[in-house]
Amino acid sequence: MSHLNKTYPGGKVAVKDFNLEIEKGEFVCFIGTSGSGKTTTMRMINRMLSQTSGTIKLNGEDIGKMDPVKLRRKIGYVIQNIGLMPHMTIRDNITLVPRLLKWPQEKMNERAKKMIKLVELPEDYLDRYPSELSGGQQQRIGVVRALAADQDLVLMDEPFGALDPITRESLQDLVKDLQERLGKTFVFVTHDMDEALKLSTKIVIMDGGEIMQVASPDDVLRHPANEFVENLIGKDRLIQARPSITTVGQVMLKDPIATTPGKSLTDALRLMHDKRVDSLLVTDEAGILKGVIGIEDVDYNFNSATSVSDIMEKDLFYVQSNSLIRDTVERILKRGLKNIPVVDDKHRLVGIVTRATLVDIVYDALWGDEAEDEASNNIHHEEDAAPADAKGGETK
Amino acid sequence: MISFLETYGAQMILKTWQHIYISAFSLALGVIVAVPLGILMTRVKSSVANVIMSIASMLQTIPAMALLALMIPFLGIGAFPAIIALFIYSLLPILRNTYLGMEDVEPALIDAAKGMGMTGWQSIIKVEVPMAAPVIMSGVRLSATYVIAWAALASYIGAGGLGDFIFNGLNLYRTDLILGGSIPVIILALIVDWLLGKLEAVVTPRTTQS
Repeated sequence: MSHLNKTYPGGKVAVKDFNLEIEKGEFVCFIGTSGSGKTTTMRMINRMLSQTSGTIKLNGEDIGKMDPVKLRRKIGYVIQNIGLMPHMTIRDNITLVPRLLKWPQEKMNERAKKMIKLVELPEDYLDRYPSELSGGQQQRIGVVRALAADQDLVLMDEPFGALDPITRESLQDLVKDLQERLGKTFVFVTHDMDEALKLSTKIVIMDGGEIMQVASPDDVLRHPANEFVENLIGKDRLIQARPSITTVGQVMLKDPIATTPGKSLTDALRLMHDKRVDSLLVTDEAGILKGVIGIEDVDYNFNSATSVSDIMEKDLFYVQSNSLIRDTVERILKRGLKNIPVVDDKHRLVGIVTRATLVDIVYDALWGDEAEDEASNNIHHEEDAAPADAKGGETK
Repeated sequence: MISFLETYGAQMILKTWQHIYISAFSLALGVIVAVPLGILMTRVKSSVANVIMSIASMLQTIPAMALLALMIPFLGIGAFPAIIALFIYSLLPILRNTYLGMEDVEPALIDAAKGMGMTGWQSIIKVEVPMAAPVIMSGVRLSATYVIAWAALASYIGAGGLGDFIFNGLNLYRTDLILGGSIPVIILALIVDWLLGKLEAVVTPRTTQS
């Protein structure tokens, strides 16, 4: 699928200069408020609506030149009101598109069985009618109906809007799983940001018929393009998301206490004493991280060794300054490390993350709203307190 | 009673038969015209549909007697003009119910049908008409009852039917003839209504297993 480009002028502008490229296997969510043009855009893809100008290409072929009926049979379609045919059995509902395509009966039966297994419903449900299934079960059928004829592209228009939260969640998991397993391309319209963040590989945020931002869920959280996007995401979510999107570089303590391999142990000990720390990071002249020495090592080897390079621990755990706090926190906590050196791309020592830093992060995540003012000051007061904080306790 | 039947029995069977076929023809014509027209009305602009509906309603307001009488200058007398007149009467209930029934089909279903790649025709045949069938059928039932009742008036323009008994009875002041005409009409109407009720149940799509 390539190069969606639609313009929609006229009296009422529903979609304005919309440009989007969707790769095969992507899960794209269109999100926006009512009247943002998200459904309109989606419905132009299977020509339920026609654009005023612009072209949509599917696998390089202009859909405007295709027979709309044939086109729609190639594209799965799931709507909010489920839209199962009440007068057809589940089997007939699932095989509706294959029947339109005149598949042989046997193949259709087989497909119906395969599909019902896919959504984890018993096979004897095939002979039931939609009204005999719960809403969630009906929409499961709605989902596989859109896949039954091997459609590579599936359009979904707020498919889970009418379901209760628990059912909705299980269906989201199902859809995500199916999408990943079958490698289908999904275009999913929703106004639920949680849903979009959970499901999509690419989020298209729309307002007033225009694209506000196209980005991965992480990027949307990390760099909302404008105020509208921020509001749509919501303050709560942004704050909650902070630990997961902040990088190590943003929270680390700068100016860690470091020495060089050539220094004598006496110098190192004096430095520790002056800075009131119990371990020193070791870097070469260019600032490249080489290792670490602790007070125990100094004490132990004071008589046998002369320089820092003799006793330093070369095999140490460190993190990149641009890696996510989310991942780092877990590793720090798991290893029980007191502090971790932070390096840049060139392996130069740029900072340190301590357990005290982590306390601030957890604090922000839990009471982010109230603590916002403090949070913004965190960096400063951490810097002030850096030496004592950073090397206050014993080393690993 | 027995003697009445002995005298008029054969005639009564003939008149009943005439009555049935006049009614049946008018109703069949009504269905053939009104159902497709009603479906068509859901595919055109609502203003056009309103115009069609107004015309059908207007035809319905012409007194039955007057409509039958109006047939004479154009189509003469006999069964044919009667069938045409009754057909005009049967139109409205079927047309209205077809239109409403089709309009009432959940838009989501039509959207789903189209979105999955049904042609307009497939959507009508496989989705909309089955869903609207019960409403359409109740329109047909209503028309059938009307047509059977009014077919009695058709005797006035020489179409025959059970109306002959009733009018003769009125002219001769013979209660037995009036009853001999009206009772079979009532029974006929009841039977047809019952039969069409059965048919309505058959065409109502199943939506549950049991």
